[in-house]
Amino acid sequence: MHDPRGYPPEVIGKRLAARLENLDGKAIYLVDCLFDNSDLFVDQLRCWFGEHLPGTEVRVARPKESWVDDPELRARIEADGDAAILGVGL
Amino acid sequence: MALEAAGVPTVAVHTHVFARLVRSVATANGMPTLRQAFVPQPVVGRTAPELRAYVEGTDPINNCSFIESMIGGLTRPLDGQDLAGLSYTRSTPRLLDADSEDNLHRLFTENRWTDFAPVVLPTEERVAAMLSGTSHAADEVVGRLRPTAYREFWEFTVEKVAVNAGHGRREPRVPARHPRDGRKRHFRSLELDDVSGDRRPRQRPIRDEIGMNYRIGAFGPHSHANVTIGRAYGLLSQNLQGGSVPQETYLGSQGNFLSYNATFAENEQASPWEPFHVQHGFKPEDSTVSLFLGGWVPVFGGGPRETWEEKFTRSLQACDPYTGPIIALDPLVARGFVDRGFTTKQQLIDWCVEHARLPAREYWDNQWIQTLHRPRALAGVEPYASMLKAAPDELIRMFRPEDIHVVVVGGETGAMWKMIGGGPRLTIVQIDRWR
Repeated sequence: MHDPRGYPPEVIGKRLAARLENLDGKAIYLVDCLFDNSDLFVDQLRCWFGEHLPGTEVRVARPKESWVDDPELRARIEADGDAAILGVGL
Repeated sequence: MALEAAGVPTVAVHTHVFARLVRSVATANGMPTLRQAFVPQPVVGRTAPELRAYVEGTDPINNCSFIESMIGGLTRPLDGQDLAGLSYTRSTPRLLDADSEDNLHRLFTENRWTDFAPVVLPTEERVAAMLSGTSHAADEVVGRLRPTAYREFWEFTVEKVAVNAGHGRREPRVPARHPRDGRKRHFRSLELDDVSGDRRPRQRPIRDEIGMNYRIGAFGPHSHANVTIGRAYGLLSQNLQGGSVPQETYLGSQGNFLSYNATFAENEQASPWEPFHVQHGFKPEDSTVSLFLGGWVPVFGGGPRETWEEKFTRSLQACDPYTGPIIALDPLVARGFVDRGFTTKQQLIDWCVEHARLPAREYWDNQWIQTLHRPRALAGVEPYASMLKAAPDELIRMFRPEDIHVVVVGGETGAMWKMIGGGPRLTIVQIDRWR
């Protein structure tokens, strides 16, 4: 009897990036994933950081399209961001 | 995950109903401990104060405050699992262990390798019989599938397609030749084109060779070939990419009953217009399969009668603006349009483009337009950039000409038509090279 499933790829484990000790003085990208109303959510996050962690530099960024990788944005975050918060995705 | 791999600590924020899916995606990408924070569903439609309450409230999945989840995700030291990730191989053997027929049926059902209706178990003999209908090697890789854009691709061969096409049939004897293309997920509506004038013994139009119904009841359960192809397509679309498991790989809130069988051929003999595949650059004698995203609820009507323009306009406005409709006309309707001066399908499509309009505020309020077209508009992509500049009450076009498709199907027992929303054409594949 045949197995009806396709052939899955091998999964290669990947480590997480080193974490920050704290967010003070760090540049954090808030990435609006472009879902309906996610801009409003990200704006509330931005406000929260401003009120509670004023020493953290928050930069709001948006990819060019929904559900599509944006290499330029990724390169920018990798170049001058200390961390990223992406929201709200699925 | 790409940012993590590049050394940027990251937290992804999701709504709680997607927790199982996003953790499954992280695991399938080798990062099962990816830091994720959750807010309640929904975010859509919530006001700024309500979303602020989400930010200051509880993460319903991690059982802590959302802020703790988010900040902790960026600052909590890594442990051994964070550093190692997770490597693994999943085995999908070519053949299953031998067992009784009852047990194998149970295995297929419990593993969701079926749509829960009885299947014909894919024995080696049955699959070999299916493979005799193609000149292609059983181990030829046909393509790759994945449930969504952010998951991993699974690979499948000619044999794997035959396994699923065979076990989706309704009785042991099947047409010898099936379209064996299943390269993409979520194609649910499928149309077979051919030309009726070609009657060469080895190149009969595929729709007639396999007995497809394009006359009375073409959309209904009245044809072995239509039903078999539709069901087989549904099964292979879920099995070849590793399953379609609610909450893990499938999150359609209501699902779609058109997933079961939305397969039909065009009634070219009775159509006054050129066949669909010829419109799209194929030769009249080619047999092709056209794959649509498909699946939104159809709008129905009769005519064209005296008030057809009003009815058509309202029906087009009822379609989802993100994806244009497939307009399926009975031959009586098609000829009625010819009598009203529409001598080509394109003229009817152009009329629809001109008359399918919505106030800009209503167009841009659509959830999918917001999510998928608005970013393009903001990036300056036309025509969306210009449409975004429209005043709120300005009537703007819902569709481009390439978004709307017209096919002729039906048995001429009534001048009926349907608009099946959500139908962008994704590809057309020539059948003959798979013989």
